[in-house]
Amino acid sequence: MDSLLAGLWAAIELVVTLDPDLVEITLRSLQVTVTAVVIAAFIGLPLGAWLTLTRFRLRRVTVAVLNALMGLPPVVVGLVLYVLLSRAGPFGVLDLLFTPTAMVIAQIVIVTPIVASLCHQATRELWFLYHDLLISMNTTKWQRIRTLLWDGRRALLTAVLTGFGRAIGEVGAIMIVGGNIDHVTRVLTTAIALEVGKGDFALALGLGLVLIALAVLINLAIHSLSRTEKEGTW
Amino acid sequence: MVEAEALFPVVLDDVSVYRKQTRVLGPLNIRFEQTGCTVLMGPNGAGKTTFLRLLHGLVRPREGKVVWALPPEQTYARQSFVFQTPIVMRRTVQDNIAYPLIVRGAGKRQGRQQADEWIDRVGLAHVAHKDAGVISGGERQKLALARALITAPDVLFLDEPSTNLDGASTRDIEALIQAVVRDGTRVFLATHDLGQARRLADNILFIHHGAILEHAECDAFFDHPATPEARSFLRGDILL
Ligand SMILES: Nc1ncnc2c1ncn2[C@@H]1O[C@H](COP(=O)(O)OP(=O)(O)OP(=O)(O)O)[C@@H](O)[C@H]1O
Ligand SMILES: [Mg+2]
Repeated sequence: MDSLLAGLWAAIELVVTLDPDLVEITLRSLQVTVTAVVIAAFIGLPLGAWLTLTRFRLRRVTVAVLNALMGLPPVVVGLVLYVLLSRAGPFGVLDLLFTPTAMVIAQIVIVTPIVASLCHQATRELWFLYHDLLISMNTTKWQRIRTLLWDGRRALLTAVLTGFGRAIGEVGAIMIVGGNIDHVTRVLTTAIALEVGKGDFALALGLGLVLIALAVLINLAIHSLSRTEKEGTW
Repeated sequence: MVEAEALFPVVLDDVSVYRKQTRVLGPLNIRFEQTGCTVLMGPNGAGKTTFLRLLHGLVRPREGKVVWALPPEQTYARQSFVFQTPIVMRRTVQDNIAYPLIVRGAGKRQGRQQADEWIDRVGLAHVAHKDAGVISGGERQKLALARALITAPDVLFLDEPSTNLDGASTRDIEALIQAVVRDGTRVFLATHDLGQARRLADNILFIHHGAILEHAECDAFFDHPATPEARSFLRGDILL
């Protein structure tokens, strides 16, 4: 108990004094996750809206697959990517294994279905409301997509934040494809796993505090977004 | 309004609309010319909304054809539709009204400027920058009307545009409709308000059970309704 308290105390000290290691790892985490989430949003949001607006034979199946991919086990994503990116694999020549880029790719794979699926749900509701109007106005498909994305922006921001929350706390996939290399691919979650293994609770707890703070911030944002949405202010 | 003339006549040739196995409209054989205001009357469920949507291409007939004088892609872009339940987009009132112009490639500033003119004309200045989701039912209807008129359509479909309006607003809206008719816009309007029909109609289309029972000049319809159904409708009896 005492050692835990001491660890917590040391952790707070690390956070307050902006310990260089802690700052470096936090920044790398943010860099990887923000990059991945931005790219996932650019793919997932139009994809979700497009699925709402396009009738084709396999649409139901596609939506079902997308929903299933939301629950993709990250470890499996990591494993598959590892095989693809490893020397002997089909993308081995790119030499991406154990780089931040590989971690970004892994997170894109994990986050895109989440964003696309949540976006699909949100835009479908909106389309139900809008379709007579937008058809009557002779809008092009691209205009419809843009309109749904813009008018649904609260719900879509929530979708993106949800994806961010998933990615920033994710450890399985990036551990495998990133390798948790100090000063290269070490991020919040992988560092915690390592420090706990080493018995260095201070740094692990400090990193954990940062992670918790980020998660709380995201959830506060999601909460306030959904509240303003309900009040009818967009 | 030179190009506007090319849109008409619109001809309906043995047109029927079905929902599942039931025919809700038709068979219709009718044609409309360029000018004036046609008012659709008839009891609830008669098919007025379906008829308006059919003309505007939102409902496809299972039998027959609705033929405008121009191909569809040129036709529908020059028409505006005000729905029975106003559809408001999740934007400010101003951006709602500017939306059709933006769709047509206008810049945001120009769109908003023109929207402001219409906001004044329909009397929405006090809510112009509010989110459209929080305005009242009557204000929504005014928004929908302004949004329909901002593109200066050649054809305007109005599905009970004043059901939620107070007396003064109804008068204002009717004046607005009369003005656009004078300026050459072809108006099709569904209403349950006999007074409004009298004030606005050049001719009346009386629909019952999906069939057109009468298509007559306004005065003729009100003074000498030809069918027993129209007579009892005008008396306010329940129609079966
Ligand atoms: N999407 C639909 N599915 C099934 N039936 C429909 C649908 N739309 C309309 N109908 C039916 O078609 C008939 C005509 O409906 P319509 O909305 O055109 O009536 P209306 O004359 O506009 O009535 P109101 O005065 O109540 O607005 C009704 O019996 C209605 O139940
Ligand atoms: Mg109706």
